[in-house]
Formats: sequence, C-alpha cells, structure tokens
Amino acid sequence: MDPLILGTIIKIVLVLAIVSALAGFGTYLERKVLAYMQRRIGPAHVGPFGLLQIVADGIKLLTKEDIIPQNANRFIFMIAPAVTAATAFIALSAVPLFPTFTIPEYFPLVGGAIVPSTISDISIGILFLLGVMGSGLYGPLLAGMAQANKWGILGSARTAVQFLSYEVITGLSLLAPIMLVGSLSLIDFNNTQIGGVGSWIIWQQPVAFVLFLIAGFAETNRTPFDLLEHEAEIVSGYATEYSGMRWGMFFIGEYANMITISLMASIIFVGGYAPLGFIPGWIAILLKVTFFFFLMLWVRASWPHVRPDQLMWFCWKVLMPIAVINVVITGIVVMI
Amino acid sequence: MFEQIAFYFFSAATVVLFLITAFSKNVLYAMSALAAGMVMISGFFFLLDADFLGAVQLIVYVGAVMALYAFGMMFFDATKDVKEKNAPSYLVVLLGGLSALLLVVMFAAPILGSNIEASYPPIEGISNPKSVGLVLFTKYLIPFEVAALMLLVAMIAGIILAGKKMDISLTDIEEDIAISEEEEMSLDEKDGEK
Repeated sequence: MDPLILGTIIKIVLVLAIVSALAGFGTYLERKVLAYMQRRIGPAHVGPFGLLQIVADGIKLLTKEDIIPQNANRFIFMIAPAVTAATAFIALSAVPLFPTFTIPEYFPLVGGAIVPSTISDISIGILFLLGVMGSGLYGPLLAGMAQANKWGILGSARTAVQFLSYEVITGLSLLAPIMLVGSLSLIDFNNTQIGGVGSWIIWQQPVAFVLFLIAGFAETNRTPFDLLEHEAEIVSGYATEYSGMRWGMFFIGEYANMITISLMASIIFVGGYAPLGFIPGWIAILLKVTFFFFLMLWVRASWPHVRPDQLMWFCWKVLMPIAVINVVITGIVVMI
Repeated sequence: MFEQIAFYFFSAATVVLFLITAFSKNVLYAMSALAAGMVMISGFFFLLDADFLGAVQLIVYVGAVMALYAFGMMFFDATKDVKEKNAPSYLVVLLGGLSALLLVVMFAAPILGSNIEASYPPIEGISNPKSVGLVLFTKYLIPFEVAALMLLVAMIAGIILAGKKMDISLTDIEEDIAISEEEEMSLDEKDGEK
C-alpha cells in the first residue's frame, strides 16, 4: 500500500483511540484539579489515587439503561450525541498534531509508512475548523429540541444564543493573526513561528489571543459560559433526558473540543510544534496543549457562571468592538 | 473514480435531504434536513478544489440555519407534527413541478450547449482564498459593494425594528405594563360595582 495512505490510516486510528481515551482521563484530571483548588481530595477510593475511577465511570456509562423519553422525537434524539462526537473528531482531522515522521522499516506490517502531521491537509484549515466546530453545536441544539422537556428546550435556546454570540468573536479575533501570516493553513502558522519564543504571534497579537481564548471557552461550553447545561438554573439543559453512553458521547465530544481549541491556541499563537530550544517539537506541543487544558480547569475553579444576557452583552458590546478595532489596527500596521 | 462516487453520493444526499425539508410535517426533521443538506452542498465545493468556498458555505449556513431553529423553537412544538390547513391540490403540484423543470431547462440549456468553461479560471500558484479575493475585488467589485450596502440597510432596519424603546430600561417597561394592568383591574372592579 502507498506509505502515505497507510500512515494516514494509522494516524486516524491513533487520534480516535488516544483522544477518546484522553476524554475519559480528562474527566479524572478535571475532578482532581478542581478538588485541589477547592482544598478537597477528589476521587480517591477506586485504585491508586482514584485513577481507576475512569474505569468505574466507563462501566457505569456503558451498562446504564439507554432511556428514550416517550414523547421525544426518537430519531433526532438518538443521533444528536453522535453529531457532537463526530464533529469534534472531524475537526481534529484538519489540525496538525505532531511533526511528520516515518515509521522505521524494522516494524512489521507498518514499517516505512509516512505519518503526516495533518490527517487531511486542506489549505484553509482554520476556516474548516471554525465551520466544523460551529456545526458541533447542532448536537446540544437537536438534543434539547427532540426530548420533549422544558429544560431541554431552554438548553437548546441557550445553545442558539451562545452560538450566535461567540461565533463572531472567534472569526474576528482570528482574522488579525491571519492577516499577519497571510495564510489560512495551520502549517503555515506553525512555520512562521519556527524561530523560537520571540517569533510567537502572541507577542504581536495579545488582544486577539485573549479574545480567542474567551470565545474558545464559549465554543467548548466551559464554565464561565456553560449556559447550555447550567445545573443551578436549568437542571442539566440539553442533557436532561440523556443517560448512559449517549450522555457519555456528549462529553467525549466536549473534551475532544477542548483538546482541539487547546491545539488551535497553541499552533496559532504560541508556536505550535516548532522545537523549543532543547525541547523537541512533539514534547513542546504536548506541554502547550496541557497548559491550555489546565487553564480551562483553572478558570472553571475560579470564575462563576454568567447569565445568558450577560454573555450576549459581553460578546456583542464589549468583545466585538475590541476585535474590530484590533483588526483595523492590524490592517494599518500591515499596510505600513 | 473516487471523485465520481463522492459526487453521486453528495448529489443523492442533497436531493433527498432537501426533499425531506420540503415534505416533512415535523419542524425538527425539516430544519435538520436543511442544515444537513447545506453541509452536503459544501462537499461539492471541496470536490471542485474550491476549499475556501466550501468552508464559507459551512460557516455561513450553519449559522443561518441555527437562527432558523431559534424561530422554529418559538413558533412550533418540535416534538409534534404541524397540522397543515391547506389540502394538497394535485393540479398545483403538477403545474409547480412543471414550471420548476422548465426554469431549470431554460437556465441549463445554454450552459450545456456551449460546454462549461470557467470565465475566470484560477491562476496557477495562487492559493484558494487569494484567487477568490482577486476576482471579488477586481471583476466583481461593484456587486460586492452593492451587497455590502444592502446588508448595511438590512442591519439598520433591524436595529430600528428591534430598538423602538431602547432608551428606556427594560425594568421600567415592565413596570408600565404592570401599572396599566392594575388600572384595568380597578376599572373592571368599578364596572362590576355598577
């Protein structure tokens, strides 16, 4: 078989397996980090340091009865979680994860396969990512509307509100770095920042970086903006009627999206997988992604929820003008 | 080979999904099929190596249909079928279908007759967004500006329609309504006394 196709298939399998496993591990990390920040211990009973809690949760999710409410729209109710999970992984297919490498010849079966850095190297990676991650919000939207539950409807109404608010900010905040680099390909972004810490785009575009992070939190439905399933207000929002593995798929999708946003932030603003001094590239990007993942948990521990009207006010009246001004200033600087 | 399979898959999926949109009585099915159909259309752009347009199609229509869902949520119960009042008339269906077919033939015939040729073929060595921008800001500058102006007009109209009482705080408006209701109540009581 063609070494590139073989390598791509290997990469697809690896990404699927590792990211969905990481989603499980992410829940453990989240609980532990939150617990330490709130001076608790967190999961501690199952296995060493509570590590086997992931397995226990997995068994619980897999064996729980899959309930479909009587008046729900069965078909839409059943495919909604798949939309979230599938779009999260489709988005990952356009992100360069590691530098390209060749598997050494002495491995049986797969020796000589070229594993590309991106599964599908389309020249407009950023736009594709925005589009696919945006369509990921159809999962909560459909789920909420299909389940014949008032909390669900409220959850999906909030999904629409949140999507229409943050999507503008994501696009406008990324526009300024795109103008600097002059390309929509994430690989080009990585290559322009290859000259070490000084060449990172974050130093030229600090405003865009902060805006992108805020919009990314809203996009992944993380805490300051997790309006869709705000336990204190609307029970569990779009996920109220879900149980078992269908509920689990929403969360695999959410954690995969968190990883994608962390990857995007690290590639666009802080140098991606370019080697960092003595640290090789693949470790550098792992460190960066881990940092951004940790940042999401940190913010969750330290900030309260916002109300939907506060989110809209914040996005349209504060962030959007800042983003537009940032784009205009960048344009003037680029022209000069 | 692969491209042909993909093309027929996307065409079949698009047609079926839009038929569901037109014929389904359930709001949720109709809108989901519309959104999925839009995603399928972006597949054609990717097949034609117009990556930029494909991604724009994804972003724009995903957002647009999301706004439609918001209206659907307000007006319909998504779990029940909509009861349509007008009975289907087969004559209308026949005539409508025929005129649609006629329109397609009228527009497609000249294109088919003179073989399809790109009026502005992509320039070699220029990336996809750049070639779109080149054509947009040279050949199609005036339509582009007109479209921008129309969107601006629509935006201003939207602001005026939505913001009639923007200078008054929302809480004050609610109090006004509450007061007028109290007045009506007292009026009703007086009527009762009479």
